[in-house]
Amino acid sequence: MIDIKQNAMTEEIEMLVGKFGSTRDALMPIIQNIQINHGMISDFAQQEVARMLDVHPVEVYGVVTFYSFLSETPKGRYIVRLCRTISCDMAGKEAVARAVERELGIRFGETTADNKFSLEYINCMGMCDQGPSMLVNDLVFTKLTPHTVVDILSKFK
Amino acid sequence: MDKIVKDNRAPVSQKPLTMPKPDKDAIGATVGIEINGNPYKVLIGTTILEACRQNNIHVPSLCYHEDLCLAGVCRVCVVEVEGMGTLQAACTFPIINKIKVRTTSEKVRKARRHVLDLMLSEHYGECYSCHRNGNCELQKLAKEYGVDSYKFGHVEKRRYQIDRSSYSVVRDMDKCILCKRCVRTCIDLQEVGVLEAKNRGNNTKITTFMDKPLADVICINCGQCINRCPTAALKANDPSDEIWNVIDDPSKHVVIQTAPSPRAAIGEEFGLPPGTSMTYQMNTALKMIGFDKVFDTDFTADLTIMEEGTELLMRLKKKLVDGDKNVMLPQLTSCSPGWIKYIEHFYPDYLDYLSTCKSPQQMFGSVIKTFYAKEHEIDPSNIVTVAVMPCSAKKFECNRPEMDSSGFKDVDYGLTTRELAQMIREAGLYLPDLPPGNFDDPFGDASGAGLIFGATGGVMEAALRTAYELVTGRPVPFENLDIIPCRGFDGVKQASVKLEKVKPEWSFLEGVDLNFMIAHGTANAKKVMESLVRGELSNIHFIEVMACPGGCLGGGGQPIPTSPEIRKKRAEAIYQEDAGLPVRKSHENPHITYIYEKFLTDGPCGHLSHKLLHTQYVKRGKFIG
Amino acid sequence: MIKNKSILFNRENLGDCLARGLSKTPQDIIMEIRESGLKGRGGAGFPTGTKWMLAAASLSNKKYVVCNADEGEPGTFKDRVLLTDFTELVFEGMVIAGYAIGAKKGFIYLRGEYSYLLKQLNEQLQKMLKDNRLGKNILGKGIDFEIEIRLGAGAYVCGEETALIESLEGHRGEARNRPPYPVNTGFMGNPTIVNNVETFVTAAIIMARGGEWFTKLGTGKSKGHKLISVSGDCEEPGVYEVPFGISINELLKMAKAKNPKAVQVGGASGYCACSNEFERQISFEDLSTGGSIMIFNQSRDMLHILRNFMEFFVEESCGQCTPCRIGNVKLLEGVEKIERGDCSLSYLRELIELGKTMKIASKCGLGQSSPNPFISIMTNFEQEIFSQR
Repeated sequence: MIDIKQNAMTEEIEMLVGKFGSTRDALMPIIQNIQINHGMISDFAQQEVARMLDVHPVEVYGVVTFYSFLSETPKGRYIVRLCRTISCDMAGKEAVARAVERELGIRFGETTADNKFSLEYINCMGMCDQGPSMLVNDLVFTKLTPHTVVDILSKFK
Repeated sequence: MDKIVKDNRAPVSQKPLTMPKPDKDAIGATVGIEINGNPYKVLIGTTILEACRQNNIHVPSLCYHEDLCLAGVCRVCVVEVEGMGTLQAACTFPIINKIKVRTTSEKVRKARRHVLDLMLSEHYGECYSCHRNGNCELQKLAKEYGVDSYKFGHVEKRRYQIDRSSYSVVRDMDKCILCKRCVRTCIDLQEVGVLEAKNRGNNTKITTFMDKPLADVICINCGQCINRCPTAALKANDPSDEIWNVIDDPSKHVVIQTAPSPRAAIGEEFGLPPGTSMTYQMNTALKMIGFDKVFDTDFTADLTIMEEGTELLMRLKKKLVDGDKNVMLPQLTSCSPGWIKYIEHFYPDYLDYLSTCKSPQQMFGSVIKTFYAKEHEIDPSNIVTVAVMPCSAKKFECNRPEMDSSGFKDVDYGLTTRELAQMIREAGLYLPDLPPGNFDDPFGDASGAGLIFGATGGVMEAALRTAYELVTGRPVPFENLDIIPCRGFDGVKQASVKLEKVKPEWSFLEGVDLNFMIAHGTANAKKVMESLVRGELSNIHFIEVMACPGGCLGGGGQPIPTSPEIRKKRAEAIYQEDAGLPVRKSHENPHITYIYEKFLTDGPCGHLSHKLLHTQYVKRGKFIG
Repeated sequence: MIKNKSILFNRENLGDCLARGLSKTPQDIIMEIRESGLKGRGGAGFPTGTKWMLAAASLSNKKYVVCNADEGEPGTFKDRVLLTDFTELVFEGMVIAGYAIGAKKGFIYLRGEYSYLLKQLNEQLQKMLKDNRLGKNILGKGIDFEIEIRLGAGAYVCGEETALIESLEGHRGEARNRPPYPVNTGFMGNPTIVNNVETFVTAAIIMARGGEWFTKLGTGKSKGHKLISVSGDCEEPGVYEVPFGISINELLKMAKAKNPKAVQVGGASGYCACSNEFERQISFEDLSTGGSIMIFNQSRDMLHILRNFMEFFVEESCGQCTPCRIGNVKLLEGVEKIERGDCSLSYLRELIELGKTMKIASKCGLGQSSPNPFISIMTNFEQEIFSQR
């Protein structure tokens, strides 16, 4: 079972290497794609990428842990990222944050038991004129209130 | 000088400028600069730090290391450059035009002090209980800047668990100040790639792949990171407590073998200049500490030459005369345990190229617990063998499960030069003041050939001195037996010796150019192996590889600090001692003759040799489970 | 959408910027940009013409143009508006720059948070390729240029040009030592210009309207108009096009701010002005900004704001150099100490001194600017902050 999964991962990475190339500068696009497809970059995937790009696995690990959109541990299918920077904060982020926590039953930094939602804070996402704002994967939601945010999340449930 | 290879792992800008240093007399090659108001002339492309050091202007530094690519991250060496709004890191700033530098201004002084205060606030500094007490670069800086209080607080409690999983290297991240010297050593200097920073901001931490224990990743145990760590974040796994216990146990017969490199460096631990040979004082110290016998690893180095040289000649015969396809050439040396683990991980399909000879350390262990035990009627189970080595990988090597051909663990403890120096101090001795003492019989007299194993190229030189004479009946055609092409610190050396007028039994070698290569540091080893993989080395017969830059004298167990200059001095000490020895060829060592007459009676590479002195390797591969 | 009436970012009678640009020689383009006095719109304000000239002077046959669309500065969103509304001008500016310096390849480094713009950007690229405004032999002029979009992955520091290049090369986003500068040793060691989105759009517009026209806008050392993102306590937040030299008061009026107490100019890493500084100007001579102001009214707790900023920097520091990695933590801890009411005045002074060290001793712009809010808020609002505790 594990072997089949690993073979599939290897094939997927081979395909990505075919698309983006096997030089070091292809690293980011390759692991970003893995992140999107699998919600994480497993240690096996990291090693396979390292092998194909001829870099050391620990270098891939260093990169994965550096960027906040990349993760070596599993994330939910929907990653809810609430902006916590000052403009959104002043526009009422705290109330929205509490509403989201209550709705999903998890705290920031956690993932729901069914692996559906991960809840995170994000630093300024450039929606300061329309705060509070959040990203759900790559969809933007603005001018959130404790009520609207619950409606939005229910669409993903 | 060491040619340290800096390959494309590091970000381009963090490498020294690749600009070729122009001839000093060429027009426009130099530039006039001003440091603290005084004029100086420097070559274009020199960094401010280099310029200052060339002119005896003190600039403190921390993340800078001569052997490594540049980082510019600690910010201790900041200086003021006129016209620039911010301070500049002297270690990374290349001088390409007339600049005015101030190294002593108020801004500089305050900034350095702040940087230092910040580092101290994050460093778990328990100086009394720290093995780098007195040899810590951070401690030295704190003294230099008169730190008398922790301005921004101080770490009171441990935050991280010490990683003691490895036989060789211990990591204590509470002491780490994130200078990244270890990362640059591991990734760039050695190209092994075990250590890297993870996370960012204040969560940045030097770690292994997926935070795994060091024993579970592809560390080759070379310990080069230890040699370059400014604090005590990295150290060797110290067995000295256990060694004291067996020394103090009267039922144990404790035998110590000393490798060639520690004697050329241990003086540095006692404040002597690099390159001061301490061979005979060390013998006295070891006796006074309480070792029952003090032997010379050079003896088994000679034995290695007999075995490895014979193996090479046999391979040549099988390949050239018998056309045996299963025989692999070039033959790769196998003395360096770091190199062995490197090839097991990175080139597992090429293990057949390795000589099957054990390293001198392991040969010694099995000879002691068999031949020596028998001759001196000592129960081998009561013999404890300790090896003083310049090496941290030797600790791993002696714990390899297959290293028990004597029926016991062949070598019980690997001790580094630094740890031995510590034991000598603990015994209340000051090494430089001790009278000279001799090695014990029967493994005390060795040839100069065994001695030069300590320097890169030494194994090759020793092997040639013997092999050439075996084949032709004449000494190698080099003045005073000094095979100069084997010496020096070029990353990869290549040369050849023509075999002429050979003895009749070696007629197939008549007129053959014996081609050999020498590589030191695993980054250079990688280059050689890549050529081998590409099939470019079919004309090469023999390759010496040492895992550490400079060979064993630059090993991961040697005194700290290390630099190209220090390694050069250690090499000089070794070659000088070789030149003064009466016997300089392994096969002329009378004890070697004796052991083949009395014990290994079926000769080099014979049946018993194979059992005791040869080994096999493990295909490890790169996958980290 | 730009909220007020635009002069610079105005398509009326603009014409074809790309065609106008490519009809000139590379030297003329650079001369025109130099004469326009255009300075980098990302915040540092390095003269664009000089940057392009340095890259053009290099003999290397591999050069790169990088558009820095990693707009991460808190309070700044004008590049988002440009990428949405002026997509084609962003790309045209890049092609013109590539032609001017002799580069055949451009990257646009789009922050991961803006990945929803990807579709639109790709469509625009396809359209330009189809219209022969990108790719091989652009507009029949024998010029080749391709653009690749790369996504960031959530790291503010990658807005620093050398960290951005590191990220492009597949490394951790750790800033490089400068010198050498990217114009000599940039992407893969080749000469590279990194410019802000707004810079490329403005450069494209200068091609059409002329450098001389541009110099008539703005002030002596700050030519042209600037986009400013306005957020915080005001009725009309959004992006405004303003001439350099505009005062904070005028901006506040435009955005209909009520009872403003403080204005953060230039995002989290900028300067926090108090009410008696509201006559100061937005310009490189006075208050320089990459393009944002955040307005705080009388009800706001300045220490809370400062804490928010410092938390941001602690998290977003790349962590390689000592002053930034540890210094920001010490400043944040200082804020917490003040909150608890156990920060002595002399320790506060020490922290301000530390901030000054960080400004000159850090390796890159992040650490060199992150103490700005601490120093300015603690200087301008010390009494208020301490009297509340």
